[in-house]
Amino acid sequence: MNVRLNGRIRAITLAAIATLLVALVRIASSGIANVHASISGRVDDPLIYASPVELLFSPDGARLYVLCQGTDEVRVLDAASFKSIAKIPVGHIPRGFSLSPDGSRMFVANTWDDTLSVIDTGAMAVVATWPVGAEPSSVVEDRESKYLFVANRISNDVAVLDASTGAEIKRLAAGRGASYITPSPDGKRLYVTHVYPNLAAARTVPESEITVIDAARAVVVDRIPLHGIAGVFHVAFSVDGRLGVAAELHPKNLVPLAHLEHAGAFADTLTLFGADVGNKPVEIPLDELERYAVRPFSISITPDKLRMFITCEGSEMVTAIDLPRLLAFVRTHHVPIASDLSASGNYVTARIGVGHDPRGTVLTRDGRRLIVANRLEDTLSVIDTRSNRVISSVPLEGPKQMSVLRHGEQTFYTAKYSFQGQIGCANCHIDSTFDGLTWDLEPDGMGRNIVDNRLLESLKGTEPFKWNGGNPNIPTECGPRTEKYFWRSENYDDLTLADLVIYIRSIPARPNRYKLPGYELRSVEARGEKIFEREIDKFGNPIPVGNRCSYCHSGAKGTSQRSFDIGTKMETDDSGMLDTPQLLNIALTAPYLHDGSARTLEEIWTVYNPNDKHGRTNDLSKDELNDLIEYLRTR
Amino acid sequence: MKFRTCNQLALFALLAAAALTGAAQQTSRAPHATTAQPAMPHFRFENFTTANGLPDNHVYAVLVDGDRIWAGTENGLAVYENHAWKTYNTKDGLAHRAVLSLALDKRTGDVWAGTMGGLSRISAGRIDTYTQLNSGLSNDVVYGVSVEGENVWVATAAGASRLDLRTGKWSLYNERNTPMVEIWVYGVSATPGKVYFAVWGSGLLEYDQKTGRWDKYEDPDGENEMVLFKDQGLIHEIVSSVSYVDNIVWASTYFGDSRYDGRYWHNFLTKDSGLPSNFTNMVKGVDAHRAWFCTDKGLAYYDGVNWAVYRPSLTTGKPEMFVRDAEGHVSSVSVATAPAHNYILGMDFQGGDIWVATAKGLSHGILQPK
Repeated sequence: MNVRLNGRIRAITLAAIATLLVALVRIASSGIANVHASISGRVDDPLIYASPVELLFSPDGARLYVLCQGTDEVRVLDAASFKSIAKIPVGHIPRGFSLSPDGSRMFVANTWDDTLSVIDTGAMAVVATWPVGAEPSSVVEDRESKYLFVANRISNDVAVLDASTGAEIKRLAAGRGASYITPSPDGKRLYVTHVYPNLAAARTVPESEITVIDAARAVVVDRIPLHGIAGVFHVAFSVDGRLGVAAELHPKNLVPLAHLEHAGAFADTLTLFGADVGNKPVEIPLDELERYAVRPFSISITPDKLRMFITCEGSEMVTAIDLPRLLAFVRTHHVPIASDLSASGNYVTARIGVGHDPRGTVLTRDGRRLIVANRLEDTLSVIDTRSNRVISSVPLEGPKQMSVLRHGEQTFYTAKYSFQGQIGCANCHIDSTFDGLTWDLEPDGMGRNIVDNRLLESLKGTEPFKWNGGNPNIPTECGPRTEKYFWRSENYDDLTLADLVIYIRSIPARPNRYKLPGYELRSVEARGEKIFEREIDKFGNPIPVGNRCSYCHSGAKGTSQRSFDIGTKMETDDSGMLDTPQLLNIALTAPYLHDGSARTLEEIWTVYNPNDKHGRTNDLSKDELNDLIEYLRTR
Repeated sequence: MKFRTCNQLALFALLAAAALTGAAQQTSRAPHATTAQPAMPHFRFENFTTANGLPDNHVYAVLVDGDRIWAGTENGLAVYENHAWKTYNTKDGLAHRAVLSLALDKRTGDVWAGTMGGLSRISAGRIDTYTQLNSGLSNDVVYGVSVEGENVWVATAAGASRLDLRTGKWSLYNERNTPMVEIWVYGVSATPGKVYFAVWGSGLLEYDQKTGRWDKYEDPDGENEMVLFKDQGLIHEIVSSVSYVDNIVWASTYFGDSRYDGRYWHNFLTKDSGLPSNFTNMVKGVDAHRAWFCTDKGLAYYDGVNWAVYRPSLTTGKPEMFVRDAEGHVSSVSVATAPAHNYILGMDFQGGDIWVATAKGLSHGILQPK
């Protein structure tokens, strides 16, 4: 047994070394002399790709607007010929956009600038840039053009702005990771979805919600609960407003992930709500055995309410649904079916292959054509909605060659390398971040060695990886281990893995909203810094070196890259020796501790540090603990 | 009580005599109906108890939210809507079953509930809870809460806290950074300009949001239980609540009530006002001149000149209402209903109607036509 294990470890180690060597060669041969996190917020790729994420038609249908995340612009195309009319520069890393009801203005949510670009669609130019909340991800103007509603992913709220001046009026409490806003067909209600589940007790079923806003009063009037759901993306409505549909991820994080052969990672589902399905939302699966619909993102429903199309990012396809058949199925099946791999055959009529990482979609007014933005291919797929066939693929202006980073990013987002194409890296690292969940990653028994999902940003200098520090570098973490344990496959070739590693190493840190460039620590944070750095406790006693915050969380990133026992070993853990995580953007990454047992930064010390093993903190007053936490948020 | 000089002793004797004289005069003004009675609001009270669906008869706080009524009880937070009660409790995420205080964020419609176990936000049915363990909240016993713009101000048993809803940051206010001697904060009333704190045993604190300056208002009589200098300052150190409206501070204590206009104090005691008791749990200002007082011997209304008291009789339990005019004439009004109990803990307005939290039920005072 030991011999076999040792042999296995040796094999994995050798594979890791080989991959590392290939990666180094790959870096050298790719001409990328210095792959590192870029302060500009995008991976430092010499080739700048358009990376289209969302699409809109002008009200008259003559123009097609393409939101390009890679080039920070809105491209204006002729809707018939797809010829370029204009490029409108906007803010950094735009994620969502919309038109005013009369189409005269366009609003773009710029995630890294925390701004809104206001475009005069006649002049095709930005006429105003307004500050909003942290990581604005989508924006909608109400029918009366009185308010603008902006979903802020990091601040977990919806900012309400005066639509004429941009002045912020108030913030509405949304769910965690508020990202996409969809108005009902009559414009009276706005539906907000969230890419992270709401914070809850450790190891409980994830819960998300659709936050419903009364657009005229600008208040939250309802929260549609989504039980068992973590990441929710776009919502769409039938024209009559009787059916709402949300695209979402249903994680199975309470069972071991190394279970892919039993479909044990995610269900890719839709939640149906509205008058057509009665009072209770209904969750329906999109997956079918060996034909998974990984990470459903955008939804379009034809005006005649006969067809529905969903982009599935990781599967590089669009799923077509016969709506009457779906509604008939829902009315006759009253048991939970989210994980039923035989269900989708009753209503899915086609799985249409498109480009890499398909995101936003838009239907022509007659419903005959569906346009799909393929983010990691810089193309638009045009689908005939009656034949369910791609009738053309429109390349967007930009580099035609594939860079190492681009290939690595495609590898990160695709699900094709996993067993039956069930999951990809981006399932748990949504938009290259995290998912707010804890996972059971090893086949060591149900509920053993639970781990919190860690942020992927700015990983260089934070090795080793895994909470037990068992993986010395990214190739080991993401190479054979991921393939065998997670993907249940051996599909990566050396170059693919090398490119994936290069991409992951290049993912930059998002701006820390608690310490933007030029920010000087306030008195409260400066006091907290002193506590972080202190060597003597409040009673005048020296704090042992290993009990000082700054010892384990040393260096610019706040990690000594070593493992320590901080007294948080649970009955379900094999070992209490845990890798020291970096402190980068720590305010955003709840829950905390290796197993996500601490829901907030405060709980790390108020609940899980009774013996001062995780730093000497029990001598601190509540004020002082607050100071320490305020400081940590600036790291 | 120690007197340092003979002069102090003489002054005390003089004031004590004057107080006793005033009390005698007050007693001599027995209710009568011969003087023209001031027009004070009359109510028909409908009372709610567990028999009507309230989760508990001990109601600490009541909040009017349009057509909805929120009641903080000893056993959950109840909301009355469409003639039915719905109760939120700890199983729904409420911080604690005993809900001591309530505040409405009028901009968002969210309701904030201060409980014996933390602070909860109720937003379109979802409850988010903040405690001293999971957040920067200073203490889990939340006596008071007030929402001002993006800030939620919280009065707790260990100082006050402020949550900035935009940044999620907490600020703590206690003996370390304010003139607070005791840190038992019973109430808070916040406006964009000034924030007032009712501190049990440490008077009234004023925080100027623009300058960051603190001012402290104390009883000029110090810890003396007797009122030596009436209208020269806060009536007593043990402040149970504060209401800041139209630039006027209304403060209740367990030994009388105060009104402060920024320059002059005017205090209210049973002996020279229509207050039914000096023991006041809560005061709520209507405007600069009018206020409601929640005492242990009934609900009192002051219109700037006259007083009215609404309660079940302390002896018979029968509904009664008294009116006291400017001259101190007290007359009784024949009424058929009264608040559920004379021990009043809180109240709120709903147009001309009032809602009253008592120790034995919640009461809806429906304004009657004159």
